[in-house]
Amino acid sequence: MAESHAATVEGSGPSTTALAHHFEDMEQQREAGTLGMWVFLITEIMFFGGMFLAYTLYRSKYPDEFARGSRELSILLGGINTVVLIGSSLTMAMAVHSAQTGNRKKLIGFLAVTLLLGLTFLGIKAVEYTEKFEHHHFPGVNFKLGEHSETASQVAQKPDGAAAQPQAQKPVLDSKRVQLFFWIYFAMTGMHALHMIIGAGALSFLIYYSRKGRYTPEYYAPVELTGLYWHFVDIVWIFLFPLLYLLGLHE
Amino acid sequence: MADVVHPAHGEVHRHEPPSGFIRKYIFSTDHKVIGIQYWFLALFSVILGMLLSVLMRLQLGWPGEEFGFLKTIFPTAAEGGTITPDLYLSLVTMHGTVMVFFVLTTAPQGGFGNSFLPIQIGADDMAFPVLNMMSFWITFLGLVVLLGAFFATANVIGPIGGWTGYAPLSALGEKAGPGQGLGVVLWVSSIALFCIASLLGALNFITTMLNMRTRGMSLMRLPLTCWGWFTTAVLALLSFPVLLAAGILLLLDHLAGTSFFIPTNVLDDRQGGSPILWQHLFWFFGHPEVYIAILPGMGLASHILATFARKPVFGYRVMVYAIFAIGLLGFFVWGHHMFISGMSPYTAIVFSVITLTIGVPSAIKTFNWIGTIWGGQIRFTTPMLFALGFVSLFVSGGITGLFLGQTSLDLPLHDTYFVVGHFHLIMGVAAIFGIFMGTYFWFPKMFGRMMNEGLGKIHFWFSFIGVNVIFIPFHVMGMSGAPRRYATHGNLEFLSNVMPLSKFISYAVFFTVGAQIIFLINLFWSMFKGKKASDNPWEATTLEWTIPSPPPYDNFAGRVPVVYRGPYEYSVPGAPTDFSMQTDPDEPKAAEPAGDESGD
Repeated sequence: MAESHAATVEGSGPSTTALAHHFEDMEQQREAGTLGMWVFLITEIMFFGGMFLAYTLYRSKYPDEFARGSRELSILLGGINTVVLIGSSLTMAMAVHSAQTGNRKKLIGFLAVTLLLGLTFLGIKAVEYTEKFEHHHFPGVNFKLGEHSETASQVAQKPDGAAAQPQAQKPVLDSKRVQLFFWIYFAMTGMHALHMIIGAGALSFLIYYSRKGRYTPEYYAPVELTGLYWHFVDIVWIFLFPLLYLLGLHE
Repeated sequence: MADVVHPAHGEVHRHEPPSGFIRKYIFSTDHKVIGIQYWFLALFSVILGMLLSVLMRLQLGWPGEEFGFLKTIFPTAAEGGTITPDLYLSLVTMHGTVMVFFVLTTAPQGGFGNSFLPIQIGADDMAFPVLNMMSFWITFLGLVVLLGAFFATANVIGPIGGWTGYAPLSALGEKAGPGQGLGVVLWVSSIALFCIASLLGALNFITTMLNMRTRGMSLMRLPLTCWGWFTTAVLALLSFPVLLAAGILLLLDHLAGTSFFIPTNVLDDRQGGSPILWQHLFWFFGHPEVYIAILPGMGLASHILATFARKPVFGYRVMVYAIFAIGLLGFFVWGHHMFISGMSPYTAIVFSVITLTIGVPSAIKTFNWIGTIWGGQIRFTTPMLFALGFVSLFVSGGITGLFLGQTSLDLPLHDTYFVVGHFHLIMGVAAIFGIFMGTYFWFPKMFGRMMNEGLGKIHFWFSFIGVNVIFIPFHVMGMSGAPRRYATHGNLEFLSNVMPLSKFISYAVFFTVGAQIIFLINLFWSMFKGKKASDNPWEATTLEWTIPSPPPYDNFAGRVPVVYRGPYEYSVPGAPTDFSMQTDPDEPKAAEPAGDESGD
């Protein structure tokens, strides 16, 4: 306690030492940071909760349209992304462990792998988004669905209407409502991707400062807190994947 | 009094304030400066919101009449010198938005909470000072964006859909009416910014109170003000992110062409959305928001009543639990704002029962306030008068809440002035009285000078009589069937009897608004010319009164205060004065003061 007080620089602005002036000791500062991050994650749960509520409402209102829209998503790419993200959570946990034990080399390595995996996730997401644009699955004026299942508007466009016959078993879907699925898909995965980008930014900072040797077994709170955040973003994806990708699988 | 030094910390660690003007007063991380910044932001907003209400009353009292000055202040919106229905509706929207977000949410929590939570728990600053600074400046940015909405559309001064921004009206863009395009985009962006600022602030409050308490400051020794701020922060933390999500979805409806809130058969190319979803998301935030506005006032009222009745708070623990109960129940009653939305009667009954249950902790608080002042040596200072006024308004506004919580009564009353009168009394002016009592009570600590008591008392009586004279007739108008949000009632035959009442209300508004000039004069005069304040002018017990007025940059001058007793030890038998500071050490012989149980 005494050393940490001695380390505080009088009157300087953002102190270069780890202990901020208004905390009594490192322990209190670490606890405040951890508590703050957990509380922040609660706000994130409530935020995504609002979006999940929208998802729940529309899915229960338009179950067939949602299943139909879901079949347009690539389970393969989504699945790879899930594995990538879970892997990045593992390396993040290893990074926190390395910071705890004071192994700087390993810390930098694991942070870099985590960042790399995060960027891989975003890259695959970008490929998926591009595919959606190319196949006119981005909602809007050019929106249309694939050929193997026709929608009400497309059926109506056929000159003789005879093509409607094979559709008799299946419910006729309104492509405008299938769009709602894609809106939810883009809004939720977009928000998730935004969180990933922020996380990647935080990881870059951590790598920069761990190369400078800022983190020690006494002070590694930023690594730990970024870890918490990263795991949270990971968990959101664990919910998004089945709700968005695996929805139409049963047909 | 401030000489208490922790045994392990014989040495004193002073922290000098930053030297530059900008770091010291503009982008300051000092919680006291940030508190005052929030407070001034709220002062600006409340003046703006009040002037908007004056314009509304001008139209309601003298419908369609021409006023020359309107052409000057609204060169495009009121060309003919009259308030058009569209302009009137935009006045309603902006009055509500400015008041709810930038006054009632900002001043009690951001203003007083920032200024005094760290001092009352014995901390040097909030847990995250930089985050705190960011919260304020994001709030400020939100206000600037909202002011932008005033100028977004030519013939109105903002959206016309009210502060609740119901969909689909708010989601359809300009074709739903003037101000509904760019106006709504700016309005909802402003609210989204405010949400981010509020949740960051709430996070900071919660961490600070749980983590930064000084030695001896156990949870049950916290002043009730701290419990008010803490519960408010929990509510803000859980409700603002939901509004943020709703706001982003609404923004997407405007900017990306989605149809989250646009129902089938309104627009050809956008189908299937749910306007009711907006109501659910909005009121899931909106109801806790009512408590966000009022709970800090409740904590402060308990604090001030005990201070000036020279008695401990009656039932301290129960007061804490009652605040929790109100906060918790507040999350399960949002449906009572939606009884007329076509909700199933079974759902409505559940919401109704839970709503009426809130009456129990509210009554506990009211009776305990009365118990606190019962038989006390009451000092009728200005803050005490406002605290008593707060209790009075809380009761008269709360009683009508029991009417509106019942589905059968809410259905006919919901869209009338009855509701307007109800929420103005309980959420509007009760919370405003909370802000006034905080200002009169803490002004000496914030600015180092006393406010004038004579002017303060005149201000209290004018305001107290004024708001009752304004809002009690609202209930009468509501029961006569006067609908809300109508630009005029003059053309409704069945309301011809209450039109004189409407004009009378307008006069009362002008009088009450005029009386606020007394407050402004008192405020600014006292800020520069008021009597110098001593450390503890009210002879109160909590930690902020152990340090100089105004406090130094590092609050406790580098010392760590040690707390030995509860916050409300007034008139303890055998004590040398009728107030025992929280930092007064115990008498060596008595291990625990036997005088009262409330402390610990």
